[in-house]
Amino acid sequence: MSRPTPNAPLLVAENLVKSFGVTPALDGASLQVHSGEVLALLGSSGSGKSTLLHCLAGILTPDSGRVSYAGQDMAALSDARRSALRRTEFGFVFQFGQLVPELTCLENVALPLRLAGMRRREATRRAAGLLERLEVADVADKRPGQASGGQGQRVAVARALVTGPRVIFADEPTGALDSLNGERVMQLFIAAARETGAAVVLVTHEARVAAYSDREATVRDGRVREQEYV
Amino acid sequence: MMCIVIGMSVGFALLGLLESGPRHGYDLKRSYDERFGQGRALHYGQVYATLARLLKNGLVEVESEPGGGPDRKRYAITSAGVTDVASWLTQPEKPEPYLQSTLYTKVVLALLTGRDAADLLDTQRTEHLRLMRELTRRKSVGDLADQLICDHALFHLEADLRWLELTAARLDQLGDQVRGDA
Repeated sequence: MSRPTPNAPLLVAENLVKSFGVTPALDGASLQVHSGEVLALLGSSGSGKSTLLHCLAGILTPDSGRVSYAGQDMAALSDARRSALRRTEFGFVFQFGQLVPELTCLENVALPLRLAGMRRREATRRAAGLLERLEVADVADKRPGQASGGQGQRVAVARALVTGPRVIFADEPTGALDSLNGERVMQLFIAAARETGAAVVLVTHEARVAAYSDREATVRDGRVREQEYV
Repeated sequence: MMCIVIGMSVGFALLGLLESGPRHGYDLKRSYDERFGQGRALHYGQVYATLARLLKNGLVEVESEPGGGPDRKRYAITSAGVTDVASWLTQPEKPEPYLQSTLYTKVVLALLTGRDAADLLDTQRTEHLRLMRELTRRKSVGDLADQLICDHALFHLEADLRWLELTAARLDQLGDQVRGDA
């Protein structure tokens, strides 16, 4: 299992401030994410870790501060360019509710490729390969509602990986699973991400999940305490 | 790295391994190290001293082979030895009380002497997570035995971490109490 070498960071957050009404969520949060690394964002409920993840991914815009991806200031990008970035360069895994219930698991995984204009046959071939890699080929023709929680999360991971993103944002990806299923999802998720070289930013409050990372950053009171790269 | 069989239980572990058939001391040590050593191999001296004690207590007997020397001796478990192993296996282990915690002592002393207890807890947290990462990597490439041994350690480390977080959240309150302000 190869460890990434620190070089120019892929994603940088500088001094982010974000409030929801009068409630401050981020209060000068700074963070760097390097290519290929698995970084865990830890913190208690309300610490601001999910807000930080959403700002890094360009889903939320900070009130002040700057997020740059591959040297580009995210705020300087047009909405269309930012959306395209999220579709092609970023992948997302959430706790639940990310699969389209009317589509089969295979169609769900192929969907991002179809949206990017790939032909059906090739998109399906790639999606099937990833379902195989995540050991859920048997649910390919089932709808998400017919799969178990653990299988559904593996399908969601396959969907996040299918476009070959450079960063995957995962917010409590095992939060709805029992510990055994959660472990299996994490093992397969991280192994597959390392194979593709994608960086993973993993929000979790569980130390056992964070232990799959290369290093951690702790969010407390809207600020980040970042572990040095070792 | 942890050793899952410690102290007096080495004797029982060696006896238990002998139940499947007589072995030379070297084979017995290797088998023990493979199954229970977890990076902390037994010293030969400890193996032979333990076997000598078991021999003296009639729990093993020696089948000598021509050639002499300690490695020419094969050790076999006696019926008294089998009874001892059976009795040891049925006795529950006393759960660790975890009441004498070095970490707790450090936290209280830091608070009493006006040092940064929050920093101490953070540093410890990082160290715990570092070991958890190492064990998780080992688990992901290991067999089932490796996975279970690593899980045993991971669950304990996780419990420590929860305690570190709880204590960090109550540090001000604890500070008042240990300084007698409360």
